Formats: sequence, structure tokens, C-alpha cells
Amino acid sequence: MTQPVANCPNCGAKIVFRWSSNVQTVCDFCKSILVRTDVDLKKVGQVADLPPDSSAIQINTEGKYGNKAFVVVGRILYEYDQGGWNEWHVMMNDGTSAWLSDAQSEYALSLSSKTQNLPAAAQVHVGQQFTWNNQPYTVSVITPAHYRGVEGELPFQYWDKTDVTFVDLRTESRKFATLDYSDPEPALYLGEFVEFDDLKLKNLRSFEGW
Amino acid sequence: MSAGTPPLPGTPKLQARALNCPKCGAAIGLRSFGQAETVVCASCHCILDAKDPNLAILQQFEIKTSDVRPLIPLGTRGKLRGTDYEAIGFQRRSTQVDGITYCWHEYVLFNPYKGIRYLSEYNGHWNDISICKMLPMSEGTSANYLGEIYKHFQTCNASTDFVLGEFPWQVRVGEKAAVTDYVHPPRVLSSEKLDTEVTWSIGEYMYGREIWETFKLPGAPPEAMGVYENQPSPVATNVAGMWVAFAAFAVLLLALIAGFDMRAKKEPVLHQTFHWERAKVANETSFVTDVFELKGRPSTVEVKTWAPVSNEWIYLNYALINQDTGQAWDFGREVSYYSGYDSDGSWSEGNRNDSVVIPSVPSGHYYFRIEPEVDPAVPAIAYSVEVTRDVPVFGIYGIAFLALLAPVVIISFRAYAFERSRWSESDHPPMQFSSSSGDDE
Repeated sequence: MTQPVANCPNCGAKIVFRWSSNVQTVCDFCKSILVRTDVDLKKVGQVADLPPDSSAIQINTEGKYGNKAFVVVGRILYEYDQGGWNEWHVMMNDGTSAWLSDAQSEYALSLSSKTQNLPAAAQVHVGQQFTWNNQPYTVSVITPAHYRGVEGELPFQYWDKTDVTFVDLRTESRKFATLDYSDPEPALYLGEFVEFDDLKLKNLRSFEGW
Repeated sequence: MSAGTPPLPGTPKLQARALNCPKCGAAIGLRSFGQAETVVCASCHCILDAKDPNLAILQQFEIKTSDVRPLIPLGTRGKLRGTDYEAIGFQRRSTQVDGITYCWHEYVLFNPYKGIRYLSEYNGHWNDISICKMLPMSEGTSANYLGEIYKHFQTCNASTDFVLGEFPWQVRVGEKAAVTDYVHPPRVLSSEKLDTEVTWSIGEYMYGREIWETFKLPGAPPEAMGVYENQPSPVATNVAGMWVAFAAFAVLLLALIAGFDMRAKKEPVLHQTFHWERAKVANETSFVTDVFELKGRPSTVEVKTWAPVSNEWIYLNYALINQDTGQAWDFGREVSYYSGYDSDGSWSEGNRNDSVVIPSVPSGHYYFRIEPEVDPAVPAIAYSVEVTRDVPVFGIYGIAFLALLAPVVIISFRAYAFERSRWSESDHPPMQFSSSSGDDE
């Protein structure tokens, strides 16, 4: 695993990418959002203070998914009319990247799928069925969400978004799918709901009195 | 991660927020660190926006009864299924069926790592409830969840009457949701429909004493009244399985009977007919039979008596005597038969044949001493005595059969009665009452 080192163009602090494929990070010191170009880092924005959040997960939380160990390296925080949720960017020990979502302590792990010919947002409605990898998925809810902030390292540029549409698809099992319409080209994530205890999480956040 | 990488500064320890009610100024502690959407001021009953740093007032409600008090005080912690949970919210909900209001209570439990779960209490019956992670499939009057079939129990309109503490959703007093319960004791699968959003939850029955132990509450829990929809039957046994086991035993018994019947030698040892005349038996009332031999292992001896009585009786005092040892078995048998006509038609009573089995008679030479007593109306009679060695005895199997059947029947009845009382509270009562549906509002 390579660890490119550079300096923050804003404050000069050392910036370490813990995963060579990560494209975006946030300077720990000045909170500048930095994007990697071919030659150096470019400041593209500034992280506003994230709203108080109660996720038990934090950057550097370690855990296990099946027989793979992972470490949390970044996150995107979203809000919708019923609350907020975190998409934690995790790095698996086999070099793959995955997302651990925490929505009011409901945990799910998903991976980006390379599936092509995804439906456009306007074509999707609740109850519709899609089959990916021989697994039927039913659209359960379409959530207009709001980008709230980022932290740490991400595998793509993601900042200064506003409204984002997510389509949640469920199955009869723990498996689920999410269609992400953040970008002009839709993205598909396939994953499953996971139990907190099964993740064997370490280096969690501490809560006063608990 | 290499050793040269400085660890990222961790997120600071999260502290509970302490705020004041914008309406009355009372202190409000947020126990769920930010998972709450709404929080209720305990002093003035304002429902406040927990996400708003200024706690904007969302609703204020009048409490009709000042004695609505959570049985588990908010802030109490207890270990439920291996995880510590704190009671952070409480609501009373009600539904109206046939003009009667039924109330129940729901508690919001919180753990910062595991999230939210719920407890409900109705008339001393408790349920431990969590939101379904998978989507149940409802099909008509049943629902399938994780491969288990849940039967529709009831659908009602639940309205929220009273709230206290924190809620992870936008709670409002007066809000009505259509609640549908499907049961598979000890579990209950519920769907709650509010506007267009449907939330499924899965609950498991808990006894009040378990709740009291979990939260270390003082005193005793309120006694459970009646049978609750998903209360496990006290008849822990699987009734159908019990009948299968019973059938297996019955078959085994039949096999044993058949086996013993085949094994029994049924060896005739004596068959004699005796003539009795009143005129001849002035002094010598008793006599002895021929000597016969019983061979082999100690076995049963059957004594059959036949007498052609008609509206008469004959009583025989028997003594089976071992000629070699003098050991005797004394017994008396009556043979009587009565018949006639009355207003109901013909009737009869008794039998001309009598049979008795003496158990476990050892081998040896035997004879009978017989002393007949005869109905004074009978001047003379010829009766016969037939003795058979090693006959099978089935009475014991009949007793065994009944001994097995009785508990099966009792348990089945108890299970039936319990299920009947469970379902009598449902939308599908076992007996049809001529009352209108409680769902019309």
C-alpha cells in the first residue's frame, strides 16, 4: 500500500493519503478540502464545522467484515427530513474500498458496483423491481437528501454538493442496494445490513457516562 | 498504516447536552446525544425540536391525566439482551374499540452504540421491540418474516395521547397511526402506517418480572391481566407433537399386546360340567374337581364359568389349591342374568358367562374346591367350568393407554382454552359476535 505524502497547499502541514486510490482528503489542521491532481494537492474548499453527531464510529475506527479487516478513513454526512446519517469510507485490508453507513445506529456495509445502464432518477418509482447479480431488489423509498459535510479521505472528489437523491432498494434478505444520483451518471452500491456486534469495532468514540 | 503516520486526532468524547426549555425555562438533558428528533419538557409538556440548538417549540399539549407516569422512570438503565439500555422516552397510546378506550405505554430505550429499541406495556404484558431490518411480506391474513409465518391478529388506529422524554422521530400528541399486529407467539410483527410511511417492527413477549429485574425497579410489576396477543402459552409443549408421540405409544402398546397374545400359550387344563340339584345337596355343599397339571413358568390362569341362568343367579366360591404345597387362591364368582320388558322395551342385565384371571400361578398339580350357592328359585342347574393356563392380560394395557391419554387430553384442552382466550381479543374471535368492527372511526 503506497502512502503518498504531500503538503497542504493552505497551511503546509504534512498530508498523508493512507490509500493510494484516494482522491480527496481534509487537512487535519486547517480543515481545507484537498483534491489530488497529477502533480500536487489543490485546495477546493473548506470544511464547515460538522453538526453535532452521535455516530459511535470515527476516523480510525477498525473493524471486521467477514474475514476482512477494515479501517475507517473518511466520511460523508447527509441529512434528510427525518434526521441524518453517515457514510463512512472504509478501507479493507485487501485494498478495496467500501462504505459503512450508520443511520441512527443501524449499520450497513456496501460496495460500489460497476453495473452499467442504471435507470435515470426520473424513471424510478417505489415498488419497482431491478435485478442485479441475479438478485431482485425492490425500490422501498426515494430520499431527497442534503449533503452536510465531509471528513477524511474519499475515493472521489466530493464537496460542495447540495441536494442529492438516493433510492433505497430492499430484498427479503439482509441485502440492499442504493442508487446514488449525486453525479450526472448514477452510481449503484450493493450491500447488506450488518450487526454492530459482528463488526467487532475497535477505537470507537466514547460517550460520557457509557 | 505505517508507524510514521501520526494518529488522527479522535473525535472528542461526546457529552450529553444540557439545555433549557424555551417556554418555561426548566432544565432539559438530552440523553441520546443527538439521536433524538424531539424532546418533551417534563414541566410544561412542550414538544421541542431536539435538532434545533434553541429547542424550537413544535407543539404544546394539555395533559388530561396528571397520573400518567412511566413505570420505568426515564434515565433508568438496564441490561437487555446483553446490552445496557437507558429509558429515554415514554408515550401513552390508545385505541377505541366499540366505544371503549384501550391504553398502552411505549418506552424508547437507547444505547449510543446499538441505537434505539422499544418496550411496550399493556395491562402488565410487556414486549421488547426493535425495528425490522428486513422487509416482511404480508399476504392477506398473514405475514412472513425471516421464514416464519405470523397470523394477523388485529388492526387498530393508535393515537398518541401523552409523551415524555426523547424520541428519534417527530412525535406529536394526537397523531394517529394504523397499527397492524401479526402474531407468532412469543413474537409479534407490527406494521405502523403513518401517512404513507410504513414501519415494521418485531417484538418479543416479556414478563413484568423480567422487566423489573432488568431495570432493578422497586416493588413488584403490575400483574398481567388476561391473555396477551403474543403471550407464550403456558402449555409449553407442542400439542401436535404430543399427539404424534401419543400415537407412537399407542402403536407400541398395540404391538406389545399383539406380541404377548402371540406368545401366550392359552393351554386348556380343565373343562368340566357340574350338575347341581337342591334335593341332593343337603349337607355336602362343596366338592373338588379333577386334579390338573400346570406346566412351565408361573403364569396366568383363567377361570371361565358358564351357567344357563335366566332371571336367576348362581354364586360359586372357588378355591384353587396346589396339591403339592397346599397353597390356595380363594375367590367367588357370581353368574346372573336378568331380562324382561318394561315401558322402555326389553332390557337385560348380567351375563351367563363369567371370566376371571388369577395372576402368576406357579407350576404344579392343582384342583378346585367349589362351593355353589344357588338362587332359591332354582331347583337344579348344570354349569361348566373351563380353566386355561397362560392367557394374555390386556387390562394393564388399557390402563396404560388411559394413563397416557389423560395428560394429552388435559394439555390439549388447556392449550385450546389459552389460544381461545388469546384470539377472543383479536379481529378474528373464535366465536362470531354480532358486534360491529372496531375500526370505524
